[in-house]
Amino acid sequence: MLDASNHQFDRLPNKPGVGYKPQHFTAITENAGAVEWLEIHAENYMGDGGRPIAQLRHLAERFAFSVHGVGLSIGGEGPLDPDHLARLKHLVGWLNPASFSEHLAWSTHESAFLNDLLPLPYTESTLARVADHIDELQDTVGRQMLLENPSSYLAFEESTLDETEFLREVADRTGCGLLLDVNNVFVSATNLDTDPRSYIDAFPLDLVQEIHLGGHDEDKDDHGAPLLIDSHGREIADPVWALFEYTIRRGGARPTLIEWDNDVPEWPMLEAEAQRAATMLETAIT
Amino acid sequence: MSVTQTPFRVAVLDPDAERPSGLKDGQGRAAGRRFDVYRNNVAVSLSEALEAAFPVIRKLVGEENFKILASAFLRAHPPCTPLMMFYGAEMPEFLGDFGPTRGTGYLSDVARLELALRESYHAADADPVDPTALQALPAEDLMQSTITLAPSVRVIRSEWPVYSIWRYNTEADAPKPVMAAEDVLIARPELDPAPHLLPSGGGTFVAALSDGQLFGAAVEIATNASETFDLGAVLALLIETEAMTKIGD
Repeated sequence: MLDASNHQFDRLPNKPGVGYKPQHFTAITENAGAVEWLEIHAENYMGDGGRPIAQLRHLAERFAFSVHGVGLSIGGEGPLDPDHLARLKHLVGWLNPASFSEHLAWSTHESAFLNDLLPLPYTESTLARVADHIDELQDTVGRQMLLENPSSYLAFEESTLDETEFLREVADRTGCGLLLDVNNVFVSATNLDTDPRSYIDAFPLDLVQEIHLGGHDEDKDDHGAPLLIDSHGREIADPVWALFEYTIRRGGARPTLIEWDNDVPEWPMLEAEAQRAATMLETAIT
Repeated sequence: MSVTQTPFRVAVLDPDAERPSGLKDGQGRAAGRRFDVYRNNVAVSLSEALEAAFPVIRKLVGEENFKILASAFLRAHPPCTPLMMFYGAEMPEFLGDFGPTRGTGYLSDVARLELALRESYHAADADPVDPTALQALPAEDLMQSTITLAPSVRVIRSEWPVYSIWRYNTEADAPKPVMAAEDVLIARPELDPAPHLLPSGGGTFVAALSDGQLFGAAVEIATNASETFDLGAVLALLIETEAMTKIGD
């Protein structure tokens, strides 16, 4: 088996990357434009072989990669799935990506995997559980992970900690880094009537090693209040771009991912979003 | 109060279940239909995974019926691992039990074929045997050898014209299926798996090889099962589809 681990991509550049979609393989290999690195969802590359793995090996020769897990259920009440931990270890082991991240969320409970990032309350007890799970993951995989802030549609009455406090404390206890999804910040702030810039102000930006940007949809709740849905199915909204600019002015440029997972556009449209991020990143202090 | 993940899980999968309490909006009011965002995300993402997995089943039952089918399936069989590429393994049995599809026997076998294609797509890579080496092998040695099949090889044996049905629903000019039992070989030379109709006795023969029978024993089993078993035709197909990776131990 070809070992891709001897390449030179130790870290993601402070430039735009995109979520890799197989339909863009030819376009990317011909001219990636402003796109300097690629992110994959770990679970899509856990087969034994075939085209997905072949494409990944090929692209890993030319691009730095981020492996982004969507299925470990770090916020789950039950123990982490040892089989899934082993699969993550295997993928991260052979690909040796520049970055490895997962979500502050849960998706598996009582052996059912629900294929969504479900929310958890922020309490001392959930904090201890999440920190234990991250310790276990980092010990198993043998490297640091980045933890991503979720998008919220509701809050828990039992929560006693702010999300930013929670994330800062998890990073403090486990040594993990953070992945700041700016669209999630905007979606959660809109949905829970808080100020997105105050969230950024409170966020430990020095621990952020990657930023995510994506599109959201608009709905309404029972009271007619706006309810934004983190859909990753369209262009990034203007207020999210503005919040991104605010974030990198405060914290400096970071590797920035354009996420577009549903109704995936042709390559030029996705590349144009990356170009827009590139322009903003160039003007930020690094 | 504390919301545990059990009522959350139950309510996410079942639109008729009561939403968990202890959830609120930014003003402190009950979260109400905000919870339904999760319900919708779960149902839509799992339905889409099933649509991607079973395009021919979807065509056979129709888009609207498939939505009903998928929604019943995902509640009965939520995924048990985060590997969505393998979601839907229970579909053949489910189609056999599900009221509206129970009478349509071939659907289960078409679902097995679609599952096998997807397994083949993600299976490990392996180099095929060199056809010249195979031809150079004395017949008596071949008869005493086991054959290793590629990890991407699958065999579907059906009482129904499962291959013809699959083709009719995926190829523009394919002939209309006629009633017959069909055995199908799925193989993946390079990266694209494809189904091939196995000649008479071929399913028995490849299944015997796959079980570790010696080549000669597999020929005997297939000849006993089918008077018209044509070894040459099956062997040609196995070579053409690069289905064999090793001769002997």
